[in-house]
Amino acid sequence: MGVINLAPDETAVAHQNVAGERPSIVNDFSIVAATANGTGSQTANMAILRALFKMGIPVNGKNIFPSNIQGLPTWYHIRVSHEGYVARRHTSELLIAFNPATVDQDIQMLPPGGVCIYNEDWRTVPQRNDITTYGIPVNQFIRDTGFKGKQKDYVANMVYVGAVAQLLGIPLQKIEDALDYHFNGRRKLIDANMAIVRDAFEWTAENIQKKDPYTVAEMNATAGQLMITGNEAGALGSIFGGVSFVAWYPITPSTSLVDGLNDYLPQLRRDPETGEKTYAVVQSEDELAAIGMLLGAGWAGARAMTATSGPGISLMSEFAGLGYFAEIPAVIWDIQRVGPSTGLPTRTGQGDVLSTYYLGHGDTKNVILLPATVGECFTFGTTSFDLAETLQTPVFVLSDLDLGMNNWMTEPFAYPTEPLKRGKVLTAEEVQQKGFARYKDVDGDGIGYRTLPGNEHPLGAWFARGTGHNEKAVYSEKSEDWVQNMARLQHKFDTARQLVPAPVVDHNDAANIGIIAYGSTKFAIDEARDRLAADGLATSFLRLRALPVNETVAEFVAQHDRVYVIELNRDGQVHNILQTEMPELATKLISLAHLDGMPLTARWVVEAILNREEK
Amino acid sequence: MMSTGKTARVNLIGLSKTDYNGGASTLCQGCGHNSIANQIIQVAYELNIQPHQMIKLSGIGCSSKSPAYFLGRSHGFNSLHGRMPSIATGALMANHTLNAIGVSGDGDTASIGMGQFKHMMRRNVRMVYIVENNGVYGLTKGQFSATADEGQELKYAGSNELPPIDICMEAIMAGCGFVARSFSGDAKQVRELLKAALSHRGTAVLDIISPCVAFNNHDSSTKSYTYGKDHEEQLHDIGWVAPQEEIVIDEYAPGEMKVVEMHDGSHLQLRKLDEDYDPTSKMGALHRLLWAQEKQEFITGLIYYDGERHNLAEASHLPATGLANLPEAKLRPSADSLQKIMSSLM
Repeated sequence: MGVINLAPDETAVAHQNVAGERPSIVNDFSIVAATANGTGSQTANMAILRALFKMGIPVNGKNIFPSNIQGLPTWYHIRVSHEGYVARRHTSELLIAFNPATVDQDIQMLPPGGVCIYNEDWRTVPQRNDITTYGIPVNQFIRDTGFKGKQKDYVANMVYVGAVAQLLGIPLQKIEDALDYHFNGRRKLIDANMAIVRDAFEWTAENIQKKDPYTVAEMNATAGQLMITGNEAGALGSIFGGVSFVAWYPITPSTSLVDGLNDYLPQLRRDPETGEKTYAVVQSEDELAAIGMLLGAGWAGARAMTATSGPGISLMSEFAGLGYFAEIPAVIWDIQRVGPSTGLPTRTGQGDVLSTYYLGHGDTKNVILLPATVGECFTFGTTSFDLAETLQTPVFVLSDLDLGMNNWMTEPFAYPTEPLKRGKVLTAEEVQQKGFARYKDVDGDGIGYRTLPGNEHPLGAWFARGTGHNEKAVYSEKSEDWVQNMARLQHKFDTARQLVPAPVVDHNDAANIGIIAYGSTKFAIDEARDRLAADGLATSFLRLRALPVNETVAEFVAQHDRVYVIELNRDGQVHNILQTEMPELATKLISLAHLDGMPLTARWVVEAILNREEK
Repeated sequence: MMSTGKTARVNLIGLSKTDYNGGASTLCQGCGHNSIANQIIQVAYELNIQPHQMIKLSGIGCSSKSPAYFLGRSHGFNSLHGRMPSIATGALMANHTLNAIGVSGDGDTASIGMGQFKHMMRRNVRMVYIVENNGVYGLTKGQFSATADEGQELKYAGSNELPPIDICMEAIMAGCGFVARSFSGDAKQVRELLKAALSHRGTAVLDIISPCVAFNNHDSSTKSYTYGKDHEEQLHDIGWVAPQEEIVIDEYAPGEMKVVEMHDGSHLQLRKLDEDYDPTSKMGALHRLLWAQEKQEFITGLIYYDGERHNLAEASHLPATGLANLPEAKLRPSADSLQKIMSSLM
């Protein structure tokens, strides 16, 4: 670690503790709720998160959950930040210790001056004399409600909602608003839960004297915003992008994207009178069949998509090559988790970029979109289909578990303003007028014209194949046909460089160093740059939104002395790709790659950059 | 037509038989697969099929090359080894108004593609699925396939010690409603079964024994010409009547005629040679197949038929227009509907 430790949020608490004064710390701390999964704690956590959001305070919630249905430890992190920061923090000041299996380690994670709310009925609770502890007699509440069996755990969770609301100063009405949202207005459920919350709220007021500084106060920073997960946003975006065929196989953390499709498609794309659907969703026998179905559907003219994760991407390899080579549109969402192999299936990472970029044997290269926000998950729903059909190739959208499965604040999504871009598809009349050779580069952009099955013209048919072919899609083993076709595919890939979403560049004239990153690490990097700037280190930031890259990236690298490529994997995968793409600038690119399964923190970014800068 | 000299004969939609041709075959001379391609051409011509309303699909292998050799005016997709069912499923969900013929082989279906094959049967995608079954891998020069006979000898592969997979039994067990077996040398039966299969509302499997002239035409193999000729046992004579034609009951033996009504209104006439054989009994079909396997005989004809099951497009409540042909107005919901969803998430 470096000499300088610029992480004020991690040290502020300790300072106040040492001074012995307890000024309030308002809207600037983190909460972690430690529970067991399958106990209904998600309802309690979402109630707190949304209540804070409804108070107008910027928040973000991150679920750190096990690959398990019931009984294993789960931690839910809520960050409260009046400055609007939503990245994960390394430390949480408030611990809701409701899992006896992990309470020992959970308490050790608290910073000095931290707060622990725990179940008083446990026989032993680890003690620390530099933290504040509040015991809640959970069993008493359970007895009062008369709940039995599994419901008891559920009740216990609502008890901490009431206690936390009282201790932090969340108005009960906001909790009720949050539960109203969560239970979709079902009064009986709302009332039953509110009864427990209210009891705990009042008990806490009467029996606990607040000794810690953490409070919340209403703001106006979330007005007009909503909260949504990246996977739901991707599902909505795909629907407004005109998806007509979905084939998929369940895999964490992508399943909730298809759940989103299955929730919204019947509302939005089914004729209420006839019951006819303008879409089809097929749950396939594996990911291999899923992408096969996409290529069949894309070939026949549908907007076809799937959602998967790393292991599914591996299975799709051979078909990805076919899609690239036969030039068939398809959209594949990869909600990245941690691999290789099964890896950490419920943890987040960015480890599929390199393999997906080259997915397929031989000289396959794929177009990749890299959303960072829920807003981009929505817009890329349309962009991905437009690109797949324009470029006639599979397009991969690489999200990640943190972006995909957690709730993020966002402005409402804007309705797409441009019509769907369906690409170069010839009708029978156009075949008659222009003639038709499937793989001929008529326009000089490397993209041929295609026809769809059902085209009535006698010369309108073509034969899709993974075997070598000439311009007319006829089987060919001639060397010159092979070379010409692969050169055209490369040219098409170069065309893609200008068509994919451009990088977002925040150029700072005062900066000697630049940062390149992509995806959901954006939030940690935004925060880290503020902290570095406050300490006098100016940085520029280029956020990639797609591969392949274009000259914008090379220009950015050329303008800085050093450029740090920050990503959530071990090997610096995009660093590798960029070095390959711009060998003359390769030595300026420094990899800062890190993967421990958790979302990136600003602290890690700050320390990693300062460590390098001091060398 | 014209009175001047030779005029090409045309069918009811004005196409000549050559309009249904494909490219020249590159398969071995005498390969059973070529004969099957020729029967597909003949049947498409006789049924007045619009070539653009047909798609042809395949996996990888000798058999899977053959879609290039018929219906040159139809779109085709020669996909990956064992993966034709997924390509076909996607294509036919994208446009369920199309007819489809898939051509596969025994390696492509019964080994690498068994999973996709069985799941396609289960989904009942409306298409004709032909297995050109020769019990051997031809393109890689003579390895045993999973349908090879137990104890069979091959020049390079030696003796096969494993029992064969029976594609018809697998299809029946997976829920297929049209399961037939034939022999590539029996052009008439292949044609009649093809016609009936094209009328079926779901997946129709034709397991056609198609001897490999290069690697598996030993007399000891049940997939050889000589074995086929000597051991073929027909379940019935088959006649197929198009929906627009009148059904004529055979005047000679009406009592032995079974008429199977297809979903589209056409009829399949089965003349029973095998006493009491009923293709609508799943138990009976499986029993008959097991019996034949024990005797090292192969039965030909329509082995199992069930036209009741909905196909995947029907079960998915698709509109009359194929999904691929829907206009933007049908594909993209309104701005108002997005606004409502956004409000609901606040």
